[in-house]
Amino acid sequence: MRALTWHGNNDVRVDTHPDPEILNPRDAILKVTSTAICGSDLHLYDGVIPGLKSGDILGHEFMGEVVEVGPKSTLQIGQRVVVPFTISCGQCFHCQKLQFSACDNGNPVDKQDASEMLYGHPMGAAFGYSHLTGGYSGGQAEYVRVPFSDVGPIVIPDGMDDDQVLFLSDILPTGWMAAENAQIEPGDTVAVWGAGPVGLFAVQSAMLMGAEQIICIDHHPHRLELAQKFGAKIINFEETHVREALMEMTGGIGPDAVIDAVGMEAHGFVIDNVLDIVKQKIAPGADRGHALRQALLACRKGGRVSVPGVYGGMLDKWPLGAMMEKGLQIKTGQTHVQKYTKDLLARIQEGEIDTTFLISHRLSLEEAPTGYKNFRDKQNEWTKVVLKPGMGA
Amino acid sequence: MAHQHAQDDAPKRTQRDDKDGELAILGKSVTINRPRSELFAYWRDFTNLPSFMHAIESIEVTGGQRSVWTVKAPAGQKVTLETELVGVVENESIGWRSVEGSQIRTAGVVTFKDAPADRGTIVTAEIAYEPPGGDIGRLVAKLFMAEPNIQARHELKRFKQLMEAGEIATGANHKSDDGEH
Repeated sequence: MRALTWHGNNDVRVDTHPDPEILNPRDAILKVTSTAICGSDLHLYDGVIPGLKSGDILGHEFMGEVVEVGPKSTLQIGQRVVVPFTISCGQCFHCQKLQFSACDNGNPVDKQDASEMLYGHPMGAAFGYSHLTGGYSGGQAEYVRVPFSDVGPIVIPDGMDDDQVLFLSDILPTGWMAAENAQIEPGDTVAVWGAGPVGLFAVQSAMLMGAEQIICIDHHPHRLELAQKFGAKIINFEETHVREALMEMTGGIGPDAVIDAVGMEAHGFVIDNVLDIVKQKIAPGADRGHALRQALLACRKGGRVSVPGVYGGMLDKWPLGAMMEKGLQIKTGQTHVQKYTKDLLARIQEGEIDTTFLISHRLSLEEAPTGYKNFRDKQNEWTKVVLKPGMGA
Repeated sequence: MAHQHAQDDAPKRTQRDDKDGELAILGKSVTINRPRSELFAYWRDFTNLPSFMHAIESIEVTGGQRSVWTVKAPAGQKVTLETELVGVVENESIGWRSVEGSQIRTAGVVTFKDAPADRGTIVTAEIAYEPPGGDIGRLVAKLFMAEPNIQARHELKRFKQLMEAGEIATGANHKSDDGEH
């Protein structure tokens, strides 16, 4: 089969690999029909996430048709399913508490050592990502092996297009959980850093959860326009003093909740960020956290901080004093995708949530390397790339 | 007068001085979201152990209390070890030790305790072994002691995956690879 393969920083290619096989009783094999490039794939492309190996197949946002099942899979051949990016067993303590991304049993035992040393506990598993999260082959391929297929994949009803439901795999639940973690109350202002896919879904979700005012911060005009379309007010950080603006737009109080949908590769020419970029060039594992620092300082006293943005390593100049003295609450984590898919599918069906607006480009699998390059370098126009393995190059 | 220290509650194996006489001790605990009796029954049948202890090729039960373990050694070699059961308490603990005259001197015990609030069972495995010495000692060191605590942790985690998820996770994509490519 053909698959998008990581070979090193800024080097992804479509290579030929052997087709995947059923290895465990709960496995299924999918023929991939649609798969997206995620902002967190760009962290791999840029080499700021440790634990990649040359030859790894990327991709954790995908859906497809079931073509083969293990004896304990509950799927049927021919069903169309969307697969959560988190690989979760459904049986352990964490899964039963619906903390699916913290699953004890998805990450192969020998792959758990590195994150156990780094973080004190082993990470859960994900498709097409670092070997810290299992080294599973991803879905930017013609076929993919899906473990625990009786728990994760959600079956898509006939009549719904791939483009409507594909984002149930990651970014829609991630935006939803980001808004949920902001614990929105009536009258709240919610500030969202980053009008990328997660930020835009966080905006839509916060609106549905009853926020009074949503303010989205970015520097790409087109992305800000999309946020505006969903009813957010916008701040272009290249033109505006963000913190002053947030104070003035909230009657001198500050946002009640802040969402960092940017993560470890924050942009902006400010001194803390420049220092962080230098550190990140020296070694993967150092985080660039300008957006998060700004969010912590902007948040009102006693407010809530939600961090869906991806961080992997250490961050210094962390305003711990601001957190403590203002009494901020912080909620974060990889998304517990399986907890949200059913409800969000229903909301898409009912027209409450729009997903297709985000897709700027549909490419064949063979064109995936171009997709990576442009999704990173032309962020204003390339808001989301969906690869269609069935499409001719 | 020597100052009298309060004894702390940490298990012996986590103390800085982790020797018990001549034997070194290692051990690990893991909480498994399954009932105690089910875990005990699976472990009590020693022929199941190789399914999650990857250093062991096979275990043959030779009598009511005795079994012969075939352990994988470097360069495709194999070492056998005869053990006898000691201190088996239904649904609570299973102990074993190498028999007199065995090439490898080792003893182990696994205990099963209810975790609080229906969180399953706390499984603790403790293994004592003779620290390396002589040719056999060096071979044993290669087998068990390169990073014995890591090996023990891996084995218990595989046991947990097998009992909770019904299978052991692998990042491989084909029967012929190991997920590392």
